[in-house]
Amino acid sequence: MRQRSIIAITAALAAGSLTLTACGSRDDDGGSSNGDKTTVVIGLDAPLSGDLSALGLGMKNSADLAAKTANKKEFVKGVEFKIEALDDQAQPSVGQQNAQKFISNKDVLGVVGPLNSSVSQQMQKPLNDAGLTQVSPANTGTELTQGDGWKTGDRVRQFKTFFRTATTDEIQGAFAADYLFNKAKLKKVYLIDDQKTYGAGLAASFKANFTKFGGKIVGTDHINPDDRDFNAVVAKIKKTGAQALYYGGEYPAAGPLSQQLKDSGQNIPLMGGDGIYSGEFPKLNKKAEGDLATSVGRPVEQLPSAKTFIADYKAAGYEDDYEAYGGLTYDATWAIIEAVKLAVEGNDGKVPSDGRKAVLDGMAKVKFDGVTGTISFDEFGDTTNHTMTAYKIKDNAWAPEFSGEPKLG
Amino acid sequence: MNELPQQLANGLILGAMYGLIAIGYTMVYGIVQLINFAHGEIFMVGGFGALTVWMVLPDGFGLGAAVPLMIIGGVLVSVAVGTAAERFAYRPLRGAPRLAPLITAIGLSIVLQQAVWMWFPDAKKDVPFPRFQGDPVDILGANIQRGDLFVLIAAPLCMIALGLFVNKTRSGRGMQATAQDPDTAKLMGINTDRIIVMAFAIGAAFAAVAAVAYGLKNGQVGFQMGFLMGLKAFTAAVLGGIGNIYGAMLGGIVLGVAESLATGYIGDIPGMDLFGGGAWKDVWAFALLILVLLFRPQGLLGERVADRA
Repeated sequence: MRQRSIIAITAALAAGSLTLTACGSRDDDGGSSNGDKTTVVIGLDAPLSGDLSALGLGMKNSADLAAKTANKKEFVKGVEFKIEALDDQAQPSVGQQNAQKFISNKDVLGVVGPLNSSVSQQMQKPLNDAGLTQVSPANTGTELTQGDGWKTGDRVRQFKTFFRTATTDEIQGAFAADYLFNKAKLKKVYLIDDQKTYGAGLAASFKANFTKFGGKIVGTDHINPDDRDFNAVVAKIKKTGAQALYYGGEYPAAGPLSQQLKDSGQNIPLMGGDGIYSGEFPKLNKKAEGDLATSVGRPVEQLPSAKTFIADYKAAGYEDDYEAYGGLTYDATWAIIEAVKLAVEGNDGKVPSDGRKAVLDGMAKVKFDGVTGTISFDEFGDTTNHTMTAYKIKDNAWAPEFSGEPKLG
Repeated sequence: MNELPQQLANGLILGAMYGLIAIGYTMVYGIVQLINFAHGEIFMVGGFGALTVWMVLPDGFGLGAAVPLMIIGGVLVSVAVGTAAERFAYRPLRGAPRLAPLITAIGLSIVLQQAVWMWFPDAKKDVPFPRFQGDPVDILGANIQRGDLFVLIAAPLCMIALGLFVNKTRSGRGMQATAQDPDTAKLMGINTDRIIVMAFAIGAAFAAVAAVAYGLKNGQVGFQMGFLMGLKAFTAAVLGGIGNIYGAMLGGIVLGVAESLATGYIGDIPGMDLFGGGAWKDVWAFALLILVLLFRPQGLLGERVADRA
């Protein structure tokens, strides 16, 4: 009796697992049919939990909004877009697993994301090997597109499948240096970064440009982004007479860092990149007044092209704000949608059997007026839009101060 | 301004917080030889318990008056979670191989993190915690924030209370007896199960006080904050001699001050500028731990049974 039931259970398990495997293997027709429409899946990878989830959830919703808008408008005839969102927890290893999941799903013709440059470094290669287009709305690490040689002018495109709607840290750091030295007239800056790809790259570019302008870096330090107590670092800044603190990193650590800086009696601003340009920053930091951040493009709120985006986002009733990368994510998703459109139009109105290749070919030709300005990509896959904006905290919220293209030092 | 008093004060404040959390590790270890790796999360839920109290209090309620209530709220939540963990996660495994409760502890900490993540409003990211406004106080050349005064007062008070409890009360003596020899203690009529629950509860209550201090100090709490703080507190407990309650506090303070001084000064030593600074402070803290354990494997104050709580 007992033996028989074991056999029965084993058989049931085997049957079950076979059924599951069968579900997993699909015909390679470039998309499964959904009535008379073909479903095209766009993968989205972002931190949907953890410290940076405010930014990640804003990205997820914005990508979702782009897909819904395309479906509603029937932007690509006969194609229904669907977003598959995966959480990378801001961890490179998880991002790599997610990349594999996207690759193994034949319906995925493009991937939007991730947020962190360090995560992207692990996703680029597998996606490139699979010929799957990736458009990051937030990765600003310069070497992601141009290789480590960018510092010496030896620029080489790294991966043919990688594109981004965010500009590079080289430009972002230069813009911040330009702003602090030439606009705010501050000559002595203390430099801190969190040693991640994004933070360290940003700090390096800031340092190079700031010293070229003639400014002085009066001290440097690194912090652990998981820490929340920076009093020891802050005490060191005091004796250097710094007029500002430039921080390469993200808002979860920048908030307490800025607060503890002001607590220690040093009334100097903290400036950072788009990683601190989040609504969470002033929420977590009661002394943020006067702090500065740079972000890509013109302020979404000022652009006529963004009005519809903001209205649609509100109308869709998402629980979370679109945050720093909402507009750029919408544009990144839309770039893939445009590429799918080009692919479908070039194939008699059907999704080509080799959809991934067709989308990748289409990316070079993509050009449209997006939420953040005109979107197109240069020979490295970088956005051609170099406009940046400096924001300042006024009355506990980010207010745009100055927009322009950076003067490289 | 001279930097040294400031760095010492920073280290002392941080260390007092580590020490308060470390008590929980050390008491539980002293009595059941279990390293409760979920203790960092018990600290974390205490912070959210205190924050809940603050959120339900009417607007205009002064923070000074709210803090005692917040402590009570945090302690209630931490103690409830701590004792429930003992009852449902550890007691069924008593007598099982050492590895089993350790794995349960890790599982439990993930469960607690995810529970807060899912159910506490907005806790998917760091949540603002109220802070004391007003200028810092100058004590012997160091700027001390108003919020930081809390931990400087609370830590010694907690230690005195704990010392009195362990040495002067029946339950406290029962605790010492159980720590020395659980089986004999049981034969002598001590309800060892009750003693163990008590050790978990006291540890959890101290962790909740530390969590209030953490919130007041940093102005935020987050569902992930237990990991790093728990690890540091565990290190402090080992540094001071695990099982020894005074050792836990001493270990915490030594660790905090070491971190502060390493950040402040190691970079200034010629040739060491690459290894100084905030990112390296954990390396120096653990180097210190290894050094202490090399020369004094039992920790600074020792972990001899007779010294145990």
